[in-house]
Amino acid sequence: MDGLDLDVRKGEVLGFVGGSGVGKSVLTRTILGLVAKRAGRIEVFGSDLDSLTPSQFGTIQQRFGVMFQQGALLSGLTVKQNVQIPMREHLRLSPALADDLAMLKIGLVGLPADAANKMPSELSGGMIKRAALARALALDPELLFLDEPTSGLDPIGAADFDELIATLQKTLGLTVFMVTHDLDSLYAICDRVAALADKRVIAAGTIETMLASDHPWLRSYFHGQRGRRFLNAAGSAPLSPP
Amino acid sequence: MSKPPQFSAETDGPSIRLALAGSWTIDASSRLERTGVALVPAALAGQAAIFDLGGIERLDTAGAWLIDRSRRDLKAKGIDTQIERVRPEFTILLDEIGARDVEIPVLRKGSAIIDILADTGRAMVDFGRDMFAGVAFLGELVTAFGKLIRHPSRFRGTSLFFHIEAFGFRSVPIIALINFLVGGIVAQQGIYQLKRFGAVNYTVDLIGVLVLRELGVLLTSIMIAGRSGSAITAEIGSMKMREEIDALQVMGMRPTDVLIVPRLLALIVSLPLLTFIADLSGIFGGLIAGWLYAGISPSAFINLLREAIDFQELSVGLIKAPFMALIIGLIAAIEGLNVEGSAESLGRQVTASVVKSIFMVIVVDGLFAMFFVSIHY
Repeated sequence: MDGLDLDVRKGEVLGFVGGSGVGKSVLTRTILGLVAKRAGRIEVFGSDLDSLTPSQFGTIQQRFGVMFQQGALLSGLTVKQNVQIPMREHLRLSPALADDLAMLKIGLVGLPADAANKMPSELSGGMIKRAALARALALDPELLFLDEPTSGLDPIGAADFDELIATLQKTLGLTVFMVTHDLDSLYAICDRVAALADKRVIAAGTIETMLASDHPWLRSYFHGQRGRRFLNAAGSAPLSPP
Repeated sequence: MSKPPQFSAETDGPSIRLALAGSWTIDASSRLERTGVALVPAALAGQAAIFDLGGIERLDTAGAWLIDRSRRDLKAKGIDTQIERVRPEFTILLDEIGARDVEIPVLRKGSAIIDILADTGRAMVDFGRDMFAGVAFLGELVTAFGKLIRHPSRFRGTSLFFHIEAFGFRSVPIIALINFLVGGIVAQQGIYQLKRFGAVNYTVDLIGVLVLRELGVLLTSIMIAGRSGSAITAEIGSMKMREEIDALQVMGMRPTDVLIVPRLLALIVSLPLLTFIADLSGIFGGLIAGWLYAGISPSAFINLLREAIDFQELSVGLIKAPFMALIIGLIAAIEGLNVEGSAESLGRQVTASVVKSIFMVIVVDGLFAMFFVSIHY
């Protein structure tokens, strides 16, 4: 990373794209505090992460929700217990209310109620993603990190999931930071897109900005075989200004 | 810092107006819960309740859920509710929460006694299946060996020698050390017990017979079950996990021939060799202990040993070794092939493999002991 600069605005869905191995996940993990950074400055909710004490960082962390690519559900616990872990750790709620809230979150992400007592190993790929999203939402975060939310889902499941993220974002007023490769997601739900290449953010802005850019990587990404169908499907009117 | 969740109730004609204020978010934790639970009793006196949400600064799903739950509870008690002065950004959330039914699925709880009986039954069935699978697998192996004898050119020699090195050669230090120590410990204890009868010299008989007949092969088998059996299960299991076994099968190779036969043969070759090393180091441990604790000089020890044992003693231990190798290899291979898709399953099967093979090694050793006694060998 070199001279990287990226802003996420409140209440937006930011899609973060980049080729494999350019450091998308490293950047995400650095923001989450999982990897130490060598240089630079990260500000979350207006406070510089370097200036925070561990307990202050803990408070900030409670305002994050993270959904990992493989779900990262704890395999020894049921879905409901997974959703309740953050609540048990950070809040003092009665078991009845914790149950209600967990079931509410499970319902919000579109899982059937009987999935609550299943173990992660009994779930399909799409259900694992939904359960992981429910856990990410357990503490009603303001900022939601999604790592490739649609990877490994079939196109129908991926479209449903995009829709779910969009609905939840509107309902709960979330800010979403989404690492993705999925062009469909970018077109469907992202307000802005940031692209990482050559060790920095080469472009950040709406899809139109991306399409207008003449950076070779962006051109091959958005104008390649897979990207072109969106241009054709959308016609010339809304996407490229005359 | 935002204000904690709070509300005030005042009578407004026939109805009660609940003015909610502060931030109704989950970070208020128990405070939020207490305030939310207090909503219903506060409104019970009136005929209708008005929820005035004008003072709410922040609202999340937990807060919205508590407000919505109170409204439902009041409605159930026949009290009409309505919501006033709600900010537009909260409407979506409240509508969404209001549209949801939350039911907590109950976990089926059976009687403890029935569960224990069911578990016992299941364990017996599993044991039977294990036995059956073991015999079936043994049959498959025998046919694989049979085919190898007919087509010796298809034998995977490189693989065999690779595994002999891994299972046999690399185990030599640990096997020698363990047996040396155990031989020494047994000899030392024997000396103190036999001293009381003035029969210290019989320690040599004790060590010679015990190490050659039982200890050498038993300790070696247990070590190999832990060291190589687990490695076999883990290797085959992780190949199963990553569909490598299926890939082999699709390419027209039989996993038994390619993976299991060389490993099993390597164990069968290595274990007797290791047992011989174990016998030597066990006796050497006894010799050292005898020298230190009973003053039996090494040459005297060897002379006594020559009288105490003969080839028969050595052969009893060595005859058992290949059978132990077969048991360890079979169990390890079966457990490895039983691994399912997940990493937890791999860990479980490796544990099962080690526990089962150590158990079976000891059981079979007992059977051999009875057998040798009954034929006076």
